[in-house]
Amino acid sequence: MTASGIGAPVRRKEDQRFVTGQGRYVDDFNRPGQAYAYFLRSPHAHAAIRSIDTSPAMIMPGVVAVFTGDDLAADKIGGLICGWMIHSKDGSPMKAGPHPALAQGKVRYVGDHVAVVIAETLAQAKDAAEAILVDYDVLPAVVDTAQATKAPVQVHDVSPDNTVFNWHLGNKEETQAAFARAKHVTKIDLINNRLVPNPIEPRAAVGEYDFGTDNYTLYTTSQNPHVARLVLSAFIGVAPEHKLRVIAPDVGGGFGSKIFIYAEETVCVWAAKKVRRPVKWTSDRSEAFLSDAHGRDHVTHAEMATDENGRILGLRVHTTANLGAYLSTFSSSVPTYLYAPLLSGQYDIPAIYCEVDGVYTNTAPVDAYRGAGRPEATFVVERLVEKAARELGKDPAEFRRANYITQFPHTTPVIMTYDTGDYAASLDKALEVADYRNFQQRKQESARNGKLRGIGFSSYIEACGIAPSQAVGSLGAGVGLWESAEVRVNPTGSVEVLTGSHSHGQGHETTFAQLVSDRLGISIDQVSIVHGDTDKVQFGMGTYGSRSGAVGMSAIAKAIDKVIAKGKKVAAHVLEASEGDIEFKDGRFGVAGTDRSLAFGEVALQAYIAHKFSGQDLEPGLKEGAFYDPTNFTFPAGVHICEVEIDPDTGVTKIERWTAVDDFGVIINPMIVEGQVHGGIAQGVGQALLEGTVYDQSGQLITASFNDYCMPRAIDLPSFQVGMTVTPCPSNPLGIKGCGEAGAIAAPPAVINAITDALGHEDIAMPATPQAVWRAAQKARTLLAAE
Amino acid sequence: MTTVSLTVNGQPVTADVDPRTLLVQFLRENLRLTGTHVGCDTSQCGACVVHLNGQAVKSCTILAVQAHASVVTTIEGIAGGGELHPMQAAFREHHGLQCGYCTPGMIMSAIDIVNRKGNALDEQTIRAELEGNLCRCTGYHNIVKAVAAGAQAMAQAPLQQAAE
Ligand code: FES
Ligand code: FES
Repeated sequence: MTASGIGAPVRRKEDQRFVTGQGRYVDDFNRPGQAYAYFLRSPHAHAAIRSIDTSPAMIMPGVVAVFTGDDLAADKIGGLICGWMIHSKDGSPMKAGPHPALAQGKVRYVGDHVAVVIAETLAQAKDAAEAILVDYDVLPAVVDTAQATKAPVQVHDVSPDNTVFNWHLGNKEETQAAFARAKHVTKIDLINNRLVPNPIEPRAAVGEYDFGTDNYTLYTTSQNPHVARLVLSAFIGVAPEHKLRVIAPDVGGGFGSKIFIYAEETVCVWAAKKVRRPVKWTSDRSEAFLSDAHGRDHVTHAEMATDENGRILGLRVHTTANLGAYLSTFSSSVPTYLYAPLLSGQYDIPAIYCEVDGVYTNTAPVDAYRGAGRPEATFVVERLVEKAARELGKDPAEFRRANYITQFPHTTPVIMTYDTGDYAASLDKALEVADYRNFQQRKQESARNGKLRGIGFSSYIEACGIAPSQAVGSLGAGVGLWESAEVRVNPTGSVEVLTGSHSHGQGHETTFAQLVSDRLGISIDQVSIVHGDTDKVQFGMGTYGSRSGAVGMSAIAKAIDKVIAKGKKVAAHVLEASEGDIEFKDGRFGVAGTDRSLAFGEVALQAYIAHKFSGQDLEPGLKEGAFYDPTNFTFPAGVHICEVEIDPDTGVTKIERWTAVDDFGVIINPMIVEGQVHGGIAQGVGQALLEGTVYDQSGQLITASFNDYCMPRAIDLPSFQVGMTVTPCPSNPLGIKGCGEAGAIAAPPAVINAITDALGHEDIAMPATPQAVWRAAQKARTLLAAE
Repeated sequence: MTTVSLTVNGQPVTADVDPRTLLVQFLRENLRLTGTHVGCDTSQCGACVVHLNGQAVKSCTILAVQAHASVVTTIEGIAGGGELHPMQAAFREHHGLQCGYCTPGMIMSAIDIVNRKGNALDEQTIRAELEGNLCRCTGYHNIVKAVAAGAQAMAQAPLQQAAE
């Protein structure tokens, strides 16, 4: 390991601009002559639009244009798409209702896009939007996940009972047989609460059109600008792909919510040509609450069968997944293929069967949010395992250990093949760091102070490094999920890496440079990482699902290998040796068995000068590209242990200790990896204790600001004890598994297991707010008194 | 239109603004000082924190005209002579940022905490004092470490502190 190579906690290169206020986020871009867009949104959860009269708005001061869905339709602009086809059990395709960027005839959730006003200033656009007259015929709404298929409300004509799909995975008969053999069955009903992703930078878009060249440019808050360009051109049809440049500059967090292709950026690009001016839109937080895709929102009943020795025999799960009013870009994959394949957890479970009903409601679309399906699966498995251990009178750590998978590769009944792992190693280390041995003492100490102390485990697994293209294609994905990279060596020996991954907080400018530094033996200062611009980077699938390391960096590694191979050819000519005798080591090309060698930079220069070889034998220059398609998912796994103390008089839950021991495979930069773990835990704790998205029965979003939706603040969280174990991933050349979502996946069941342990009963739902915990603590008192 | 005159990062500025212009809009749109960010519309997130006459304020929550005749310092104005302010350096050193969007507000709040509470800050104090700043990326763990270290470093760099 060099000072800046793989494994070093290198300080981030990008931070200089961020700490000095020189970051460039979308809203920081101002184009000459730009006008401002403001979207008129539906105040109703469900209504037919009888008419829209935009004329009063057109004459307001500063108004440039007002557009509705009819204008988009007249220009043959298509609707937004869902890129993953799910088939129901009976083989029928999912029922995808139309999703126009601006409403056509109907609105389906509060915040749905009705019209757009473009004006000289944002204030003028807002004022004018108020003048638009919309005649609504308000319809009854359905918001409740569990009631969606029973309500006398039809969100889309294609789906009479609001069902999008009835999907399943696993083997029903084998699972039934396992339950028939069981000594004990543990049952649980769970709600996985709806969350609002809330990256602190709201979404934004600037569309621009150049009449001289017929080129379009879109600056957008995107995790995957090339996918945005592909969807906007090939499916929505706002501009030809080769004429559309999409730039995703610095992006202030995404957590999934900036993967999707939304109405607003579609309209900005299209409108820029219509009004012959750049058009800028920046979401305010209230709009973000209403219209960013939300996360989670499952209602689940699950059962686990165990034998007389406490071995898990089977698992059956029924989940209703709320997909909101429209199918967002990847929404259908989240409660299906990103969910059920993880239901085996870290456990050797012979039979699993899972049914998922996807449903429409009159709420904001639901799509991937940090972890996407995997937190929901882990919540089911880890709550059930904990409850089963309690019912069987077993120590929760040892019950887990007894059921861990220990032989690899291991194929689960739900289509995954885990490549490697050592779950007991993580558990052992976590038990030690958490001082589990002395927990009972601490619990008694708390009891003496009138407090309830509990400990909760979460042995999570996730599938990252998404994903082998053929495999996901067979499961319904509309695209392959490889990644591309280009390594350009300059004549002076410095290097530019063009990557299809996108960094919105992950620190790629540093970690990717570490890889290059490690492989080519040059300083990280000699490496620039270029991303987020479709004019510079040829193509890329973007960043989500912890894929930038395992897939994005593997593409870079592959391109670097090609650079070294070419460099050897150049060096052979310069050193007058045969190519087979050239070795590349520590940044030098040398002739084996001699002291003759050239530094990497000297070879780069020779490649461009091209005097020492014939251009007919060897092409001048030093630049290589690669596409990398992974061979499998990767399987990061670990154990988190949460210890809480509850004040039964106030219901306040204090997290006393947090222990995380994760196996992410090979780690490029431990400082950055730990930061990812911290952030993930915070979001998971937020889900468990604080964050709940509430719609009232009429479909109004009650929690539509930071006043009403409780985001985790510094005071709500402890410092975390983070440790690692390492089993290198055999499925990619770097041994990386990925770390971005682990905390958000592991944390919710750890917290709830700790709270239920403290309370002595299972009756608490997320978010376990002080009010909810207070009620549960009173119930615990009653139960105790009754004993 | 109303005329406002104030000093921003040591420079006198005068402009005619719509009276409803917020200070943050004035900084970002009139002065193109885009380091100060907007993360909410309810005065909750702190991405917009600047110093007004030496005290931290949420620049989304006051009007530009209210800052008339005041001295404003933004994130762009705290690094002196090419050197990072000790608090900026501490955020970098302790990985107190990921996407960087909350960071300017965090740093401006952190300096204000040190100004009010001194250079020896314990974890609980820092966590409690950061109640007006949201970060969605870091889980605060490293922000807390950075603020503690930055506070100590500020004690060793009194000149820079005075310059601010
Ligand atoms: S922008 Fe959120 S507090 Fe000012
Ligand atoms: S670093 Fe992204 S919000 Fe704080």
